[in-house]
Amino acid sequence: MKFLTTNFIQCAVKGCQSSDSSFPLKYEECELVAETQEFKPEFLVHMLEKINWSALVQVARDLGNDNLPTEKPELDPIMEDDVLILKDLHNLLVETNILNGKMICNNCGHIYFIKNSIPNFLLPPHLCN
Amino acid sequence: MKDYLIYFAQAYPNFRRAELESLAHYHGINIDLSHHSETSPFLIVQLENDEQARKIMERSVLSRGIYELWGQGNTLEELHQSVKDNDNGKFELYNKSSFKFDFIGYMGRRNNKQKFEMIESFQFLAFEGPIRMKNPDEVYTILEEYEVMDREKATTPIKMWFGREIQLSARCNNVLDKYDLKSRKYIGTTSFDAELALVTCNIAEVGPKKIVYDPFTGTGSFLVAASNYGGLTIGSDIDVRILRGKGDVNIKSNFKQYGTTTEFLDILTMDFTNNAFRQDFFIDTIVCDPPYGVREGLKVCGAKNEEKAAGRENVVINGEKAHLRRDFIQPKKPYELSNLLDDLLKFSASRLPVNGRLAFWMPTANDDFEINQIPQHENLELLYNLEQEFNKWSRRLLVYVKRDEDYKGVTKNGLKENNIKNFRDRYFRGFSEKSK
Repeated sequence: MKFLTTNFIQCAVKGCQSSDSSFPLKYEECELVAETQEFKPEFLVHMLEKINWSALVQVARDLGNDNLPTEKPELDPIMEDDVLILKDLHNLLVETNILNGKMICNNCGHIYFIKNSIPNFLLPPHLCN
Repeated sequence: MKDYLIYFAQAYPNFRRAELESLAHYHGINIDLSHHSETSPFLIVQLENDEQARKIMERSVLSRGIYELWGQGNTLEELHQSVKDNDNGKFELYNKSSFKFDFIGYMGRRNNKQKFEMIESFQFLAFEGPIRMKNPDEVYTILEEYEVMDREKATTPIKMWFGREIQLSARCNNVLDKYDLKSRKYIGTTSFDAELALVTCNIAEVGPKKIVYDPFTGTGSFLVAASNYGGLTIGSDIDVRILRGKGDVNIKSNFKQYGTTTEFLDILTMDFTNNAFRQDFFIDTIVCDPPYGVREGLKVCGAKNEEKAAGRENVVINGEKAHLRRDFIQPKKPYELSNLLDDLLKFSASRLPVNGRLAFWMPTANDDFEINQIPQHENLELLYNLEQEFNKWSRRLLVYVKRDEDYKGVTKNGLKENNIKNFRDRYFRGFSEKSK
């Protein structure tokens, strides 16, 4: 699972849908791998517009990265300095994969697992619907 | 406005208009296709310029090419006259360009000697540019329609057109060979054929920078098709095994095979009815082939027998709650297709942006299908209902568009309201009267 994907997902339990604390999930015991991907600055700029930045910062912190600025940066791929930042973001969002780990809902405490890079959101019967 | 001639492929004629209309709409081009006929592969349309023609043709799967129309006639003489009459200084414009001639015959064709004579007969164009068989500046195409009576070979065309080639389609550039399931490394029993998957993505207006979601990913047939058009793809499926694949052969490796890894976002194991995407996650387009349960019964998470399962959430193994352990396998229960489609429409209505499209395939039995069985949602307008017919059943590509608050549609579960039997049950009983 790409680091970027952590910004898309929350707890699957219906009762948690409206709770602010069900997103982002809390990431624990994560095994990370780097996977080389082509650098596409336009893609990142496009994604940045849609990303929930504070959730990104929070998850990065869970995974031991304290380097992200607290405010979402405004980046222009034509500016040289911005390209350096975009490369860092590319490295974090696209190339960093969570191979195995736990995702915990801060609202209900349910634990989801990431196995072989695929997150599993299937729910036990008592938490369905 | 200028006249252009479209030459269609001989495949899924009832899907052609929807595909071209959608491609035009995607590019913000107005085109009138109301005179399109499913029985003729030739269609004259009006467009503003070559650029528009290029845009609507480039991605097309069910067309072959588009030509700037220089003339038409029922005989060669008429064609010559028509081309001369429509000159308007065109000949002069391409006077020095390198060129070649090409021939397209529908239901008949000419031998090389006849072709040569034909090219000679257009000497009045007085082109001075060199003839180049490879990469010429311009390709002039003579398109002919023949009529076959009984079993005799047709020798004289009934209609002829002369055009300057503007753009050949994705089909003519071998997109179908490229995505052919036979050469795809990771496929399964539910893999969706490439041609219709690509058509689905065209009608759904998949494109660069758009997030495309397939909630029933399977082996990723729609995801790779969407990535061909630049869509940023994300998929989910309840079956982790199919997402995982075998060793290095999986959905991700298919993207590698096609050189579209940058269009692959991720895949998640997820029960669509217990969805984990955050409420404001930006999905632009949804394309899918929901599991109608022929290969396997349709399932979602939950206990088959709730009474028996009661209290199991308290089971503890090695000091841990069983359902919170890494190796816990979530039980599944059967689910009805009608409810799943309902969920799909509801989800799409709440998550798609205004003008975003939902495209999915629905199976129907031919002996009891009526239009009111098609599920509806008050915020979604049904744009297309395109049928691919088999012997006793059909599958339909249903395409909806999300409308704004001013749109007032109806919400209904057509399958349920009409007491339509589970498709799977009817399928396995050969669609007999008794199984209705």
